[in-house]
Amino acid sequence: MGSRASTLLRDEEIEEIKKETGFSHSQITRLYSRFTSLDKGENGTLSREDFQRIPELAINPLGDRIINAFFPEGEDQVNFRGFMRTLAHFRPIEDNEKSKDQNGPEPLNSRSNKLHFAFRLYDLDKDGRISRDELLQVLRMMVGVNISDEQLGSIADRTIQEADQDGDSAISFAEFVKVLEKVDVEQKMSIRFLH
Amino acid sequence: VVNLLGISITVLFTLLLVFIIVPAIFGVSFGIRKVYMKTLLKIFQWATLRIERGAKEKNHPLYKPYVNGIIAKEPTSLEEEIKEIRRSGSGKALDAPEFELSDIFYFCRKGIETIMDDEVTKRFSAEELESWNLLSRTNYNFQYISLRLTVLWGLGVLIRYCFLLPLRIALAFTGISLLVTGTTVVGYLPNGRCKEFLSKHVHLMCYRICVRALTAIITYHDRENRPRNGGICVANHTSPIDVIILASDGYYAMVGQIHGGLMGVIQRAMVKACPHVWFERSEVKDRHLVAKRLTEHVQDKSKLPILIFPEGTCINNTSVMMFKKGSFETGATVYPVAIKYDPQFGDAFFNSSKYGMVTYLLRMMTSWAIVCSVWYLPPMTRQPEEDAVQFANRVKSAIARQGGLVDLLWDGGLKREKVKDTFKEEQQKLYSKMIVGN
Repeated sequence: MGSRASTLLRDEEIEEIKKETGFSHSQITRLYSRFTSLDKGENGTLSREDFQRIPELAINPLGDRIINAFFPEGEDQVNFRGFMRTLAHFRPIEDNEKSKDQNGPEPLNSRSNKLHFAFRLYDLDKDGRISRDELLQVLRMMVGVNISDEQLGSIADRTIQEADQDGDSAISFAEFVKVLEKVDVEQKMSIRFLH
Repeated sequence: VVNLLGISITVLFTLLLVFIIVPAIFGVSFGIRKVYMKTLLKIFQWATLRIERGAKEKNHPLYKPYVNGIIAKEPTSLEEEIKEIRRSGSGKALDAPEFELSDIFYFCRKGIETIMDDEVTKRFSAEELESWNLLSRTNYNFQYISLRLTVLWGLGVLIRYCFLLPLRIALAFTGISLLVTGTTVVGYLPNGRCKEFLSKHVHLMCYRICVRALTAIITYHDRENRPRNGGICVANHTSPIDVIILASDGYYAMVGQIHGGLMGVIQRAMVKACPHVWFERSEVKDRHLVAKRLTEHVQDKSKLPILIFPEGTCINNTSVMMFKKGSFETGATVYPVAIKYDPQFGDAFFNSSKYGMVTYLLRMMTSWAIVCSVWYLPPMTRQPEEDAVQFANRVKSAIARQGGLVDLLWDGGLKREKVKDTFKEEQQKLYSKMIVGN
């Protein structure tokens, strides 16, 4: 039954998360309520199974890759701070943030960080490059059994050919950014809160 | 002291008899419960205002639950969204199917949206209230309670646990024992008009006593549409109490699995007086057997309307989930009923993964009241051009619309089971069309 969201999360913690992610007080308490409702084991952390229990996520072809983005290298549990840090990438960029504070660290929801999030979905071995093999694997996740290996292979080849500029037959982050320079990343990779 | 106790118990029971049981037998009401409900509402409003004031004084934002979702979701399809993303990226011809690196943004954002707020998992836990109803189980802001409010809450606990609870348990006991003995006695009579008449009234009387045992305040709408013999009554399912609510206003044949224990005793007694449809546990898995018995029952036009809950499981009364098609294949007239509870007085949702039946009933009997509205919708029959699934969805939409509930296609079975792979395969197929065409 309902969660005691505003009591189990201390004010200091809320302030820290606010500074790190830019979410407002009410957004943080609301997401904490969500976090606790997903945490079936009630131990303050989420496992991969907790995410997979969401039916709409389980039917997403890239569901497993997205879930993976929440878990740091080699770990099986994510706490609320980690949860918020990942979700922060999808906070809309507000107007007053566009005039950047050059001294502070780059905000998690900057255009570059949003692109980095998407890049990491493709880059399976985290080596900073999307190889042909990795692109093929992700494409296979997205199309299932509906496209033959040859066709998928030629799609991957064409994509890498168009993006590759330094001739290493792989897409680096810089090349990735260049291909997508006209796409409205700020809007397409942002989720707006109703309140 | 013993004398005093004896006298007070006698007085209590006489009052009980006069004000509660006698009206139940004849189906009339003194209106005491309605007055009770109005008084409670005023107190709740006051309590909520006090909490809001307390929070303002401490300069702290209050946690307010939002039932309609916390993030903005666009109702666009996979195709439309991916086209939009591609449009913003390049000036190329959009109609040619091809792959773009930016396509991943769609799946990415959709996935994160469902992590923040999805339509399904929140249906399996109790609805959060916007105002406080003096039950500690629903309070999310209790550090703002003033002294006066705490005293009021304490008074509430006293009334609920020391006065209402024993009264309700006594009534429930009376109701159930009357049901068991009444139906057994009627069962000895020879079949005929007399037996039917008595059976009907024994059932109704006992259900009405049970209604009062829960302090259920029910408003029935459109009673002229009440289910008739030879039909099937379908309703949205929130709790086992749904049965008591509907059966106290109409005479139904129940369908269900035979349980052990007290439930089993009640079920076996009831079937002596009139033909309910009980299944053994092993038979429940056999869909054909279930369908056959149901069809046999409805084909006999003299038999009572069957009461069925096609969702197959309890949902939290904010939405209606997928209706199983079994009852819609029999060809009988379907009488849809919408039940909407007002969670302010006591949340009736039976969260079977959190509470057992006994704990649940205790929670019900220590709430203020169970308030609900029942709408009897006009009867529906399957049209020649629709199949059972489409018919089921049509009935479901009608019920959702009337009850003000969200109409979902998701299966209530997702409470316990994983979603089928076919849904993911559908998404993959749709996307494949976008990158290679047909």
